[in-house]
Amino acid sequence: MAKLKSMEELAKLRDDMKNRTEMRVTGTNPDRIVLSVGMATCGIAAGGRDTMKTLVEELEKHGINNVSVVATGCLGYCYAEPVVEVRFPDKGPILYGDVDVKRAREIVDQHLVKGILLDHAIIGKGAGRR
Amino acid sequence: MNRYRMHLMVCGGTGCRSSQSVQIVENLNQELKKAGMDQEVQVVTTGCFGFCEKGPIVKIYPDNIFYVEVKPTDAAEIVAEHVVKGRTVQRLVYKDPAGGKQIPASTDMPFYGQQIRIALRNCGLIDPENIDEYISVDGYQALGKALSTMTQQQVVDTLKKSGLRGRGGAGFPTGLKWQAALKQKSDKKYIVCNADEGDPGAFMDRSVLEGDPHSVIEAMAIAGYATGADEGIVYVRAEYPLAVKRLKIAIAQAEEYGLLGKEILGSKFSFRIRLSLGAGAFVCGEETALLNSVEGSRGEPRMKPPFPAEKGLFGKPTIINNVETFANVCPILLNGPEWFASIGTEKSKGTKVFALSGKINNVGLAEVPMGITLREIVENIGGGVRDGRTFKAVQIGGPSGGCLPKSLLDIPIDYESLSAAGAMMGSGGMIVMDDTDCMVNIAKYYLDFTVDESCGKCTPCRVGNKRLFEILERITDGKGTMKDLDDLEVLGGTIRDASLCQLGQTAPNPVLSTLKHFRDEYIAHIVDKRCPSGVCQNLIHYVVVADKCIGCTVCARNCPVSCISGERKTAHVIDQERCTKCGVCFSKCPVDAIVKE
Repeated sequence: MAKLKSMEELAKLRDDMKNRTEMRVTGTNPDRIVLSVGMATCGIAAGGRDTMKTLVEELEKHGINNVSVVATGCLGYCYAEPVVEVRFPDKGPILYGDVDVKRAREIVDQHLVKGILLDHAIIGKGAGRR
Repeated sequence: MNRYRMHLMVCGGTGCRSSQSVQIVENLNQELKKAGMDQEVQVVTTGCFGFCEKGPIVKIYPDNIFYVEVKPTDAAEIVAEHVVKGRTVQRLVYKDPAGGKQIPASTDMPFYGQQIRIALRNCGLIDPENIDEYISVDGYQALGKALSTMTQQQVVDTLKKSGLRGRGGAGFPTGLKWQAALKQKSDKKYIVCNADEGDPGAFMDRSVLEGDPHSVIEAMAIAGYATGADEGIVYVRAEYPLAVKRLKIAIAQAEEYGLLGKEILGSKFSFRIRLSLGAGAFVCGEETALLNSVEGSRGEPRMKPPFPAEKGLFGKPTIINNVETFANVCPILLNGPEWFASIGTEKSKGTKVFALSGKINNVGLAEVPMGITLREIVENIGGGVRDGRTFKAVQIGGPSGGCLPKSLLDIPIDYESLSAAGAMMGSGGMIVMDDTDCMVNIAKYYLDFTVDESCGKCTPCRVGNKRLFEILERITDGKGTMKDLDDLEVLGGTIRDASLCQLGQTAPNPVLSTLKHFRDEYIAHIVDKRCPSGVCQNLIHYVVVADKCIGCTVCARNCPVSCISGERKTAHVIDQERCTKCGVCFSKCPVDAIVKE
């Protein structure tokens, strides 16, 4: 590591390192958005891990903070795995089915960035609760 | 660098390490590798989470799940269930002792509910051995801000405005100390960090150094810039090997990054830091004795004035601040003095870290805003007295502090209220006592400590405390008189007024405060020749209750001095002359027929 020569270099290093710890800061924030990916045996068999990886990568690409991507157990929709639940803090959860890599990108692009729901992929909606 | 989707934070503080947390880290890494997840999931060794009672702690992000009392053998289940399948391992989740309800998120736990973490902000959040993680949470930004946008006076003014006071015990305003050093004209000045934490039951400084060493290093550099010093020394106990190791790593990393050394961040400011290891003398926590020790002389206090800010280490202007004080500096510079001053009471700003121990449910470290009541700390954060027993007193401030009774539980915690009540903020040790603790004996214990630790330089402390101790010993032996109580007060007052340094001046506090709040216990020892808590050996007797005794002979067979006699199936008798009061019969009796009187 070369020595830091200025405040700017330090600030840049901070920004570069931000994603090392961001998840931990976000993790305790009550206002965070939570994406839960079904990762039970059925979810993993259907490709849940690729889905999860894609979500993480897409979020980073868009520079979206304040989102936690969490693995969750079987939600019962084994026929529609991989499933992803999107939960905004003040809204009811939205459950998407058959989320392959392509659909995972759509979820980030459309739902998270633009706020447009992917109507064709929704398999369930929850009541408006936290 | 890998983008990990999950972080497993394992406590690497001294407490959790002694319960095999290093093995937990190793096992987790092995299990992750086996599951093919080691590129996706990261295991991080952190500093102390504070909830030592329930250690070792493993916290999982982003799920925000807090596992307690984890064993190395639990690693396989955590990886198979939580990491791979996203199912929380319910049996490791913290259970609220009150309702038995499971609380998976630390933020919902009563222990953390009332805490505000400033000095401990990074403990449990980052890997203390990795400067990149410290930088990622705005580390060294405060130093950068000071160097690039603030004058020396502006830094000092910020500290003054924040109202930060020394966290080592006495509570001197930090800004004023820095101002005094800045005013001095000298070719050389020093910044010293007092990490000679010696109070029995206090471990916050150790935890900060172990969990976030860079925060102290950065603050020392800021102090160096503000006062014109180019050298810093951390005086740390050699008994803190982990803190020493992590400090060394942190200093080397900061030098590598150019955050210590010559012309830091392209400025004209140069600063280096070295360690000085103390051999564990309590008096070396006193600032002038500490300076003597660093210079290689005996750890004996000097006369004040001149204060260290005028004539300190090697006769040069020196700032000495405690670890926790330094840990507060960077957030003040980054968030502004108004932010800091908005927390706490009128005269005591910010937060204080307390080390909770003794007969309390949640032993650990808690950082709370000033002004919170003792009751809130003991009952809410501490979870109340252990084993359902009755609260008797809380000892605050170590050997320099005092014991406060139940009636004072509602006083707000700040420097002034505690002093007025006869205790002292001290370093923040807080030991809870229940009805089985004898207050005379407790006073004797602390005095024994100070008698041992007195450096012997001045007579009031060297001789006076010894005499105080002898009087207490008389009382606990059942040979005390009522005049002894007056003598304790007079002699205690003299020691307090006439001793050279804080060690002697505060040494009588445990005696004077117990005398004030628990006088009836002293009187019971003297007049009734009785120890109400059943602690003082010379004042208790073990007696067999004839009606209850079933004559099983267990007591007689276990008595080490064979002083219990009696036929099988008849009541036994203890020969008081020969009894050594070891208590074996008392604990062995199957029908509780032996009582302590």
